[in-house]
Amino acid sequence: MIQLRLDTKSGVPPYLQLVQQVTHALRMGILEIGDQLPTVKEVAAALAVNPNTVLKAYRELEYTGFVEGRPGVGTFVTRLPPGPPPNAHLTLARSLSRWLDKARSVGLDDQAIEALVRSALQAHGGLGEGAA
Amino acid sequence: MSPELAVETRGLTKQYRTKTALLDCTISVPTGRISALVGANGAGKSTLLQILTGLRSASRGEAFVLGRGPEQNAAFLADVGFLAQEIAMYKRFSAEDHIGIGSHLNPRWDSEATRTRLQALDIPLDQAVGTLSGGQRAQVALALALAKRPRLLLLDEPVAALDPLARRQFLASLAEAVADGGLTVLLSSHLVTDLERVCDHVVLLASAQPQLCGDIDDILSEHRILTGPYRDTTALERDHVVVENKSTDRQTTLVVRIRGPLVDPSWDAHTIGLEDLILAYMGNTSNLSERGLHAIGAKQCPG
Repeated sequence: MIQLRLDTKSGVPPYLQLVQQVTHALRMGILEIGDQLPTVKEVAAALAVNPNTVLKAYRELEYTGFVEGRPGVGTFVTRLPPGPPPNAHLTLARSLSRWLDKARSVGLDDQAIEALVRSALQAHGGLGEGAA
Repeated sequence: MSPELAVETRGLTKQYRTKTALLDCTISVPTGRISALVGANGAGKSTLLQILTGLRSASRGEAFVLGRGPEQNAAFLADVGFLAQEIAMYKRFSAEDHIGIGSHLNPRWDSEATRTRLQALDIPLDQAVGTLSGGQRAQVALALALAKRPRLLLLDEPVAALDPLARRQFLASLAEAVADGGLTVLLSSHLVTDLERVCDHVVLLASAQPQLCGDIDDILSEHRILTGPYRDTTALERDHVVVENKSTDRQTTLVVRIRGPLVDPSWDAHTIGLEDLILAYMGNTSNLSERGLHAIGAKQCPG
């Protein structure tokens, strides 16, 4: 079972935060096909969040086909998001961490690193409008 | 008087001897929502809640609660729970005593669910409620209000006196109760960051009149913060409603209700959070109150 959380200062609508966290958990292999998501009532009680917000998030996830609601039973993972398998993320995260060590050792701060990543992404044709 | 509406008022007005507490208040709260009733002190929140419970009568206008006029009779009170700012409980009586009293007075009283609810929160059932902490007392009051299985719960500043942890726990209990279905909540509060989590609907009163009423996501998506070099806003106001204007001689910063595409690309447009939006409306009532809800959000509310 995954732990969901909410950051009310992030500016991201609460339902979208829940969608992103579940999607992230699917990508990282924390959730697998067949796993059950916490019930709407459990999430509402754990986060003091409106049940309709949780429902909206689960509906969105159903719409994308990642989960399926079974009435009276719960919501289950049915498909993983497209993209590389979870291991690939882990390997990439490790090499990124080594790269960050190197960047820090030559004196780059967070802002400089972010700017570098951005421009690299742009050079690869990424980071379209709204992605920021 | 639609069955999908838990609360509906039309032109509700409450005139006290020297003061108008509510003026032409037309709002609605759909069933199944947790609606935040916000506004400055004296904006009319408590008066509205008291009219909806039948504790006060309106000077003019109509109020419908679960499809009927509020009355202090058994049938109405079985469906409507109310927690006032001062929680009414017998201090020397325990939670169990209160459960016992309630079971004698209410037709649909669920003693077992109430005990389970309080035990899950580690609240002693046999201790005088006067000796419990403020947070525990609020939880007992909420559990008792839920025990009669109301279809509408009206809460007047239920968490104002609680510490942040007790507040979060109280709202969690509330969210959990609504998740069971069949319950609508209208709660007044000043603590907007709490409301942002737990509420999906908002009613904003300023100077006795509703300024906003509707789904929070919809309302936020209709507002933007616009910034840019100083300029006159007359052209903008032809298509949109300026809620707040904070300009210096160099820069103009606006909170705007957008009513169509923003054609002028020289504005820098940002989304706005609930707290900033509420403050913008509360701070600018002089400008908006004459036009009231009819001008800026008529389509939001009665629908």
